[in-house]
Amino acid sequence: MENEKKLEQFQGKIDANIKIEPKDWMPEKYRQTLIRQISQHAHSEIIGMQPEGNWLTRAPSLRAKKILMAKIQDEAGHGLYLYCAAETLGVKREQFLEWLHEGKAKYSSVFNYPTLTWADMGAVGWLVDGAAIVNQVSLQGTSYGPYARAMVKICMEESFHQRQGFEIMVELAKGTKEQKQMAQDALNRWWWPSIMMFGPHDSESAHSNQSLKWKIKRASNDELRQSYIDKTIEQGHHLGLTFPDPNLKFNETTKHYDYSPIDWDEFWNVVKGNGAGNKLRLKHHIKAHEDGKWVREAAKSYSKKMNLSKKIA
Amino acid sequence: MSSDDQGILWEVFIQVKAGRPYKHIGSLHAYDKEMAMKSARDLYTRRNEGNGIWIVKAEDIISSEASDGEAFFDPSNDKVYRHPTFYKIPDGVKHI
Repeated sequence: MENEKKLEQFQGKIDANIKIEPKDWMPEKYRQTLIRQISQHAHSEIIGMQPEGNWLTRAPSLRAKKILMAKIQDEAGHGLYLYCAAETLGVKREQFLEWLHEGKAKYSSVFNYPTLTWADMGAVGWLVDGAAIVNQVSLQGTSYGPYARAMVKICMEESFHQRQGFEIMVELAKGTKEQKQMAQDALNRWWWPSIMMFGPHDSESAHSNQSLKWKIKRASNDELRQSYIDKTIEQGHHLGLTFPDPNLKFNETTKHYDYSPIDWDEFWNVVKGNGAGNKLRLKHHIKAHEDGKWVREAAKSYSKKMNLSKKIA
Repeated sequence: MSSDDQGILWEVFIQVKAGRPYKHIGSLHAYDKEMAMKSARDLYTRRNEGNGIWIVKAEDIISSEASDGEAFFDPSNDKVYRHPTFYKIPDGVKHI
C-alpha cells in the first residue's frame, strides 16, 4: 500500500519532468533498467575504442592520427562518465566489469563488425557516431539526473566525432576511383549495422513501453531510427555515394524516407555472440584488464605506503 | 569479488572561470590524491572546461536525505520577511 503511494508520487515527478536523483525513492524495476542500460552504454563506449584502435598505427597522416587518438581518448572518457552515473545506482565499478567479462552484460553489437579499411574510420564516425548522437541527444532528457548530465557532456564532445568521420568520407569520395570505391564499400558495410543500432522495432521491443512511461527513453526505437535515416540520406547524396538499399525513397505522404525491411536474423545472430568480432573484442578487453592488474596493485600499495609514512612522521 | 579493485571514489568539481563557483562535474576512481588530480584533468578538462579543480572523497561528503525534504526545507517558507518583497517602501523612494 505504501509502495503504491510512493509509486504514484514517483510517476508524478516523472510526469512533471522532475529529475530523479540517486537518493530518491525509485521502483526497483526503474533502478534495474537503468543499471542495465547505462552500464551497457558505458561498455559500448569502451569496447568501441577497439575497432578504431585498429587503425591508429596505420592512419594515413600525422593529422589523421592525432585526431583518431583524441577521438579514442574521448570514447574512454565517455565510458567513464557513464560508469560513474551507473555506480550511483548502488553497483560497484568492479561488478560492472565482472558482468561484462562473464558475458552477462552486453555492449552495442555494432562494435562486433570489423574495420577493414581506412574508409571504415570515415564510415564509423559518420554513421555509427551519427546514429549514437541521435540516440544520445534524445537521452539528454532522460529522467535519471546523473545519466542526463553525463549525456549532456557526451553530446557536447561527440559532435566532432561525426564531423571528422564525414570529412574522411568527403576526401575519399572526391579522390581517385579506388578511393571512391573504398568509401562506397565502407558505406555498404556499415549502413545496415548503423540502422540496427536503434534496436528492435517498437512492436518487438521488450522494455520500450515502461521505459517511455518512466522517461528513461524519450523517443521510441523506430522514431529515433527514422530521424537518423532522414538526416543521413541527404548527407550521403552530398558525397555522391549510394546507399545499399534499393527501396530507399522519400515518401511524400509521411515526409520521411521509406526503407527495406531490416534483416533481424543478422541482428540477433550478432547480439547472441556470433558476429565477426564478439570473441575478439571481449578477449581483448579481458586481457587489457588483466595486464593492468599490476599497475592497480602498485598504485594501491604506493598509496598505502604514503599514508603509513605520513602517520609515522 | 577479488581484491583487485578500482580504487576510491572521488567527486570532482570544476571552476569554469576565475570568480565563478565550483560546480560538480562527475566522479572518478583513483588510489590517491595525486592520481585523482591527474585523472580529473584528463577526464574532465580535455577542452578547456576549467580553470580550477576541487576533488573530494565521495565518502567524505555530507548530504541531506531525500526523505528529509519537507521537514528539512519547509521551515524557511514561513519566514517571508527574509525576502525583500516583504517590506513596504513609500512610492518615490529609489535605489533601495
